Order: sequence, then structure tokens, then C-alpha cells
Amino acid sequence: MVKLSVNAIDAGYGAVHVLSGVSLEIRESETVALLGTNGNGKSTLMKCIMGLTPVTRGSIVLEDDEERIDLTTKSTQEIVALGIALVPEGRRLFPKLTVHENLLLGAFRAGARTEMQRNLDRCYAAFPVLRERSGQLAYSMSGGQQQMLAIARAVMSSPRILLVDEPSVGLSPMLVKQTMDMIGTLKRELGLTVLMAEQNFHETSRIADRGYVLVHGQIAFEGKNLQELLHSDLVKRHYLGA
Amino acid sequence: MRNWSRFLIGATLSVLLALGLTRFVGNEYFFFATYVVLQFIVLATAWNILGGYGGYVNFGASAFFAVGAYCAVALTQSYALALPLQILAAALVTGLLGFAVGALTLRLRGIYFSIATVAVAVICETVIMNWSFVGGARGTTVLQPAAPAFFSSYTRLLFFVMALLALLAVAFARFVETSWIGRGLRAIRDNEEAAESVGVPTLKLKLFAATASGALMGAAGAPFALYMNFIEPTSAFSLNYSVSALAMPLIGGSANWLGPVIGAILLAGTQQIVTVTISSELNVLIVGLLLVVFVVAAPHGILGLWHKLVARGGQRP
Repeated sequence: MVKLSVNAIDAGYGAVHVLSGVSLEIRESETVALLGTNGNGKSTLMKCIMGLTPVTRGSIVLEDDEERIDLTTKSTQEIVALGIALVPEGRRLFPKLTVHENLLLGAFRAGARTEMQRNLDRCYAAFPVLRERSGQLAYSMSGGQQQMLAIARAVMSSPRILLVDEPSVGLSPMLVKQTMDMIGTLKRELGLTVLMAEQNFHETSRIADRGYVLVHGQIAFEGKNLQELLHSDLVKRHYLGA
Repeated sequence: MRNWSRFLIGATLSVLLALGLTRFVGNEYFFFATYVVLQFIVLATAWNILGGYGGYVNFGASAFFAVGAYCAVALTQSYALALPLQILAAALVTGLLGFAVGALTLRLRGIYFSIATVAVAVICETVIMNWSFVGGARGTTVLQPAAPAFFSSYTRLLFFVMALLALLAVAFARFVETSWIGRGLRAIRDNEEAAESVGVPTLKLKLFAATASGALMGAAGAPFALYMNFIEPTSAFSLNYSVSALAMPLIGGSANWLGPVIGAILLAGTQQIVTVTISSELNVLIVGLLLVVFVVAAPHGILGLWHKLVARGGQRP
């Protein structure tokens, strides 16, 4: 049983405090939504989990049957090796490298290289368009295809937990829908656990099991299931225009 | 693997060719000039490991070259070390210098890193200028020992040694390029933050590339004093080395190990011809002009231009 828990963390950039006392929990095979409008700390939280932004207080713990690991003391490479992968906001592809090379870079850690071919086949099966375009430079693809590549690249590291940061940014409503369906399908097929930061509440609610609402760097609401989230006053006020 | 066996055959043939040349070419000047071309192949190939694959532009190649040369001089003065050991020691010292420069990438990227490498060159030159043991600003004379029996002159031996070094450098660059290291370095060049976030060990790779690049550049400089019979800081730290080490890969094509080799043969060859026919003062000017022409007309170098032409030709029915 894998569990990721964020315990009362503070984080920021220099004098700017972004997160204060944020706690949340992701359990195996859940899809957890992290909702919040721009500038509330969603991406910072994702980066803290990946070790890309240092945490100034609190802990982030990855638990499985055997051990408890504090991620705040680990480097990003070690965190990826522990089975956590990030699909960064704005995709952050390698624009001048081919689709194929982008995917291989997702499997850079030594452990993932042994499963590389299997993961590559999986990715190409899930996203046939990437196979067609495997020799094309990443920047020359459409936004939707780039988002697929970003997700596929994260899957290449054989993750147990997938962090997805605002997959809907810059995509048309139809593509947002497709992207959400894709994440849902991948999660089911690969048995992933997903934490997804989003602003698009409607689309997120189609695949999320439960969620948190982040306001000004603090957890303002925790919905223990989708119903609670849907009926929260906070969500109604911010997302449903009520 | 098939590609490696072809490469190995080519490498063996090159060694035999170099050896054959030292036996059968009569003209001594041939070796004097070709040594310089080979030296630039090593320098350009070494530069390309960090600058071409990793995207960290080093403007201080002359520092590595000269520190390598002076390291050999200092060791000859004090211990009379054999040439291979001099080269090895020079590579060790400049490898450490490269490691230090690699550590700069922790905080400096893009143009700021490049400026810092210029500063490294200035610092090294100042230190050597004031180090009287190796001659200081006056320079020092280094006499060539007697040539071993197989070679009829010491310059021929140096030519052969530099040919071996060039092969070693090219083989190493090719290994880096085709391995995971090269893929990681290309990711760093393209988007370092993204590389970090997918778990590429960016710092380790940068330190490795900077160290290897520095060590090879130092090795290229190690026999310099013996080749010239004399060494002084201004010529050892010449701007020509820094500019050429960067211009040759850019002109040849920095994405492929063959690029620096093509660039070095073309540029250093031209320089040698110009030195003889016109004037040695024109060298840096020619490098500069060619660099400008290529940056504008063929930003991916000769190899890039070639691939483009082949691709265009292939599209025609």
C-alpha cells in the first residue's frame, strides 16, 4: 500500500512565502484533485514533492509496506527513482529533441532503463500519434500532442505516483476533455496513483475521487469524496459561479 | 555495435597511416603543420563535449591549453618526466580545473557562465606570468630530447603522439554522444529545468563533461613547449585557441563528433596555408570572418547544411 503524505509544510521563494502549513494525503490508486486558481501555490506544492523547491518546515513522507521515506531530504533524481513522476505545468518538453528522445529521457534513471522497451511500447500503444511522429522535433507538434508527450514521458519512468500539474493549460475545451480521459485511462491501465493540480473544476471532477482546495497557500477545504467537493460552498463560489 | 566496429577499423587505419607518414614523407614542414591541425582536432572535440552537447559555452579554452602546456614544462624542469607522463599529468591538472569550472554551472548559466570562463583564463595567465620557475613573462626554452630510434625527428614523434591523442579524443566524444551521458547532456542543453524534473542527474553530468573536456584540452597543450622549443604566456594563452576551439565545432557542426573534426581540418588547414602564403597575423581574423559567415549562413554547421541538402534532395521524386 503506497501512501504519500504532506505534513504541515511551509515553502516559498526567498522572502515570498507561498505555502504555509499545507497537509494532504494521497493513497494508493486514488485520483486526488488539487484545486485552486492562479497563484495559490499548486505548482509550488508539486515542486516541493519533487524536491525542486525546498521545504522550509514540515515533512513529505512516502510510505509503503516496508518503509517510510522523508522526501524533503532527497534529491529530485532519488524521488523519481522512488517512483514519483511529474508532468510539469506548461509541459516543459525538450523542444529541439525528437519525440523518441523525449520519451527515452523519461526513463533516464538506471532502474527504468531495464523496463524502457516495455514502457515505450505502452506509451506508443496508448498514444499512437506519438509513434507516427517519433522522429519529429517536439516543438513542432500541436499543443495537445505535446501534452500527450509530456504525460507519456512521465510514464516512461515507471512511476507509482503521477503528479500532473495543470494539464489543461493552453488547450482547447475539447482537448482538455480528451486529456482528462487519457489520464483516467492511463491511471486505470497502469494502476497509477494520481495527484492533479487543476483550475478546470468541471473536467477534473470527471476523473477525481476526491480533492483539496488551495487558497492563498493554505488548504481551505478538503472534500472526502466527489459529492462533498461538488457541494462545497468554496467550490461553488470559485468555480461554479454561484 | 556495428557502427563501433566500423569506427575501430577506421581508427586502426588512421594510426597505421600516421605511422606510415612518419616513415615515408620527406618534407619536415608537413609534420610541423599537420601537428597543429591535429592539436586543433583535440581542442575542438574536447570543447564540443561541454559546449556542443551540453550547451555550456567555454570561452576559456586557451586557459586549459596553456595550463596543460605549463604543467608539462614544470614537470620537465623538476623531474624530467617522460612525454606520456607529462601528457597524463597535464590532463589530470586541467581535469581538476575543468571540474572547478563545472562547479560554476551550479550558479551560472548561459552568457554568465561564458564570462566566468574568460575570467578563469585571465586568472591562469596572470598566475603563470608571475611564476618565475616556468620562466614568467620572459618565457623559457625547452629543448627537444633526441628522437627515439623509430622516428627520424622529434617533430615526427610529436606528430604521431598528437595523432593518437586526436583519435582518443574523437573516440571518447563519440562514446559520450551515443551513450546515456550524451542524451542527458542534450537534455540539459535543451531545457535544464525539465531535465532536472525528469530525474536527469544534471550536476553530475555537467561536472563529468567539464572535467573530461578540460582534461582533453590540457592534453592537447602538453607537448606544446616541446613542439615550439620555447614557451611564453602570451602565445600559450593566445586568443586564437579560445576562439578556434569554439569556432571549429560551430563551423563543422556541434551535434555530431565528426563536426569538430571537419571544422578543425578546414579552419586549421586554412590557417596554416595563410600563415605560409600571406601572414600569420591574419589567422584570428580569418577564424572570425568564417565564424560570422557560418553563424549567418549555416547555423548548424557544415554537417547541418549537408543533412538539410540530403533531406531536400530526398523529397524530390
